[in-house]
Amino acid sequence: MINLDSKVPAGPLADKWDNHRFSIKLVNPANKRKYDIIVVGTGLAGASAAASLAELGYNVKVFTFHDSPRRAHSIAAQGGINAAKNYRNDADSVHRLFYDTVKGGDYRSREANVYRLSQVSVDIIDQCTAQGVPFAREYGGLLANRSFGGAQVSRTFYARGQTGQQLLLGAYQAMAAQIATGKVTLHNRSDVLDIVTKDGQACGIIVRDLLTGQVSSHSAHAVVLATGGYANAYYLSTNAMNSNVTATWRAHRKGAAFANPCYNQIHPTCIPAGDEFQSKLTLMSESLRNDGRIWVPRGLDETRMARDIPEEERYYYLEEKYPAFGNLVPRDVASRNAKTVVDQGHGVGALKNGVYLDFADAIARDGVETIRERYGNLFDMYERITGEDPYQRPMRIYPASHYSMGGLWVDYNLMTTIPGLYALGEANFSDHGANRLGASALMQGLADGYFVLPYTIGDYLAPKLGEKVVPTDDPVFKTALEEVDSRTRQWLDVKGTKSSDHYHRELGKIIWEYCGMSRDEAGLNKALTEIPAIREEFRKNVKVLGTADGLNQSLENVNRVNDFMEFAELIARDALHRKESCGGHFRVESQTDEGEALRDDENYSYVAAWEWKGEDTPQELNKEPLTFENIKLTQRSYK
Amino acid sequence: MSNNLNFKLRIWRQDGPDAPGSFLDVEANNISEEASFLEMLDVVNENLLENDIEPINFPHDCREGICGTCGVMVNGQAHGPEKATATCQLHMRKFNDGDEITIEPWRAKSFPVIKDLVVDRSPLDRIIEAGGYISVPTGTPQDANATLIPKEVAETSMDAAACIGCGACVAACPNSAAQLFTSAKLHHLNVLPQGQPERWKRTEAMVETMEEYFGTCTNHGECHEACPKEISLDFIAFMNRDYVKAKIKNRSLASQAK
Repeated sequence: MINLDSKVPAGPLADKWDNHRFSIKLVNPANKRKYDIIVVGTGLAGASAAASLAELGYNVKVFTFHDSPRRAHSIAAQGGINAAKNYRNDADSVHRLFYDTVKGGDYRSREANVYRLSQVSVDIIDQCTAQGVPFAREYGGLLANRSFGGAQVSRTFYARGQTGQQLLLGAYQAMAAQIATGKVTLHNRSDVLDIVTKDGQACGIIVRDLLTGQVSSHSAHAVVLATGGYANAYYLSTNAMNSNVTATWRAHRKGAAFANPCYNQIHPTCIPAGDEFQSKLTLMSESLRNDGRIWVPRGLDETRMARDIPEEERYYYLEEKYPAFGNLVPRDVASRNAKTVVDQGHGVGALKNGVYLDFADAIARDGVETIRERYGNLFDMYERITGEDPYQRPMRIYPASHYSMGGLWVDYNLMTTIPGLYALGEANFSDHGANRLGASALMQGLADGYFVLPYTIGDYLAPKLGEKVVPTDDPVFKTALEEVDSRTRQWLDVKGTKSSDHYHRELGKIIWEYCGMSRDEAGLNKALTEIPAIREEFRKNVKVLGTADGLNQSLENVNRVNDFMEFAELIARDALHRKESCGGHFRVESQTDEGEALRDDENYSYVAAWEWKGEDTPQELNKEPLTFENIKLTQRSYK
Repeated sequence: MSNNLNFKLRIWRQDGPDAPGSFLDVEANNISEEASFLEMLDVVNENLLENDIEPINFPHDCREGICGTCGVMVNGQAHGPEKATATCQLHMRKFNDGDEITIEPWRAKSFPVIKDLVVDRSPLDRIIEAGGYISVPTGTPQDANATLIPKEVAETSMDAAACIGCGACVAACPNSAAQLFTSAKLHHLNVLPQGQPERWKRTEAMVETMEEYFGTCTNHGECHEACPKEISLDFIAFMNRDYVKAKIKNRSLASQAK
């Protein structure tokens, strides 16, 4: 068993973070230069952490598989970032953002972490504005806001439809300034393939240079993983093609508990698949639900164009079922309802695999120019992909795998169960419970990197003053390096017949079917038989050509697919054990009379943290009980 | 339902920066018109693998036109024929059945070929590191609304900041100049109130770092034509104006310091 000490400080909720910052150990400014820290990943969490740690004086080594740190997938986030600024005078507050986030997560997140997230949200907007992030402005020069799903206030800050891009450029530029001073050393095109521990503590990583194929060891006093989520386990997802679970999975195999892997967000507004060779699904920002109305034809075999279907034959299912929130219900509710109507046969488009998101009313009300100003780039993107003009006809949308609420288990300091190993942003599990609200991922990534880790890491490092890093010729590094090198090279010797993409696609079909928007016991048991079978076939029959001693994208990919093959089984195991429904995890066996997710607080109000037990043994379940002292648990209602 | 299309491709293959390269002639058959350009290359790679030919390495990641990783020359045009569109967002319905398509890596001396269609664009990062930032260490700065920024200023800053750093501007330029990229990065920060304290230092440092790596701008405008985000040529004019000012201002600031 692992000791899951969350280290949540005592005291009233609103004072916890202050008290904690006061009571944890600090490293004095002159001593910070005596510590080396490795940061893996350069998205919002990684870049902001690297920049902030270097500014404090630590020596930071940053690793990314991209050619430039600016390309991390945070860049694709469209809609915005939440902050409890109450600039709109609409009764927003730190407490309301906290409440909305815990409720939106269906009461499966840790109260203290979420409260801290809400507290620092306001600092993030100040920091990013000071960096020159060009947030949208009102004519008077003040910052503009929009509303987002799961909230009844307007607290979302945005930079057109490219908020993630602009925030990432801010963090990347802050890091670039530190690269110029020499406090950050950048290792680009470097794939991190293992985490190294000595005496139970993280001491470094094993890295494969993607250009030369050379595998090398890097040591530090602490290792920070900011490597994003695992939505690509589903093959088709909104993630970038190279987003992967490898770093966190390898950390798990080295002893880091993996928490709530079955919590995966299916985003309601993505462009449906067009054909068999589709490589990814593109998200259309949820902000579109502010002005777009979602509907399907009431009839089952509808062949008319959308505009020819009269009002009374349109089924605005979200507005009808949830009058209070309407089209702005949280993501899990919106996704599930889309699946329901499509499964019933109301789907639209040639493959009948979508629902309409219609802007005709908004265009009539606000004028086409206003809509263009708000969403122009999204409309353009939609037209490029589908060849259809959303100013003239409704968009077609359908849910797609998008974001991982689960991730490595971390305590209040963001440290995993391996001392000295931290997980930030989407790579950890802590803040979103079983469902993440829109515009909260950017908030969490930057909160962790700018304002949490730079304080909490000192608590671990301070007692290590004067300790040297483990030298890279130590046996722990040599063993790990040899293992990584042979693990990578073995794929060239399999000489099978099918590509790693082929097997990835097959794996994706299995978990989309059985661990997607709805899950049941029979299906999950099936997944637990089918995943090991496809994994075995993959390992015997995958075909990789070329060399391990230079750039070889197929070889990079096969390593990642291999880790997804192992990881996917844990998704199914976690989903099977959690017999309740909550947020994005919908167990068919556990629903209300109205078909909503039905939680079982008595038996499942805990974090499921899975512990690696070896190659052929199922992971062991560890539980961190969730206690709610400041929020009354209720059945979520958005009616 | 969609129609399927056939293409004759000529794809550049090259083993390494110093290895000689050559074209591979290959057919791409039965491609869905719903497919993106890169999905077509996925299909080609599957077929190559089946025939024991090493798949083609090509740069790609987000496939939604924002990360700036992808980019190839399609029939001599950076990112291909569709305006304001990155390669990953280019769709095969823009081509005709039977078309011959030539695919090459970015063509610029400052972007050496790593392998096949993948090039090294790291000089763009060196330009940012030279000064493409506002120095505000993480902390508690003033409230975000304390400085009013007129909407038009925020908008023009955002127009420039929309650059995805793909390098198409350099690849399209007959001189391999990086003026459009550098000027966009400068404009993003130089028009904002927060960007003023370091404006002249930033401009001089970034322009001169750019000149270490890239050719000189002769106002062809090919960069703008190729740019997937339609970054305006005006930014180059602003950069040139700021650079001249910076040379004078930085000199007088330096002499004051003595």
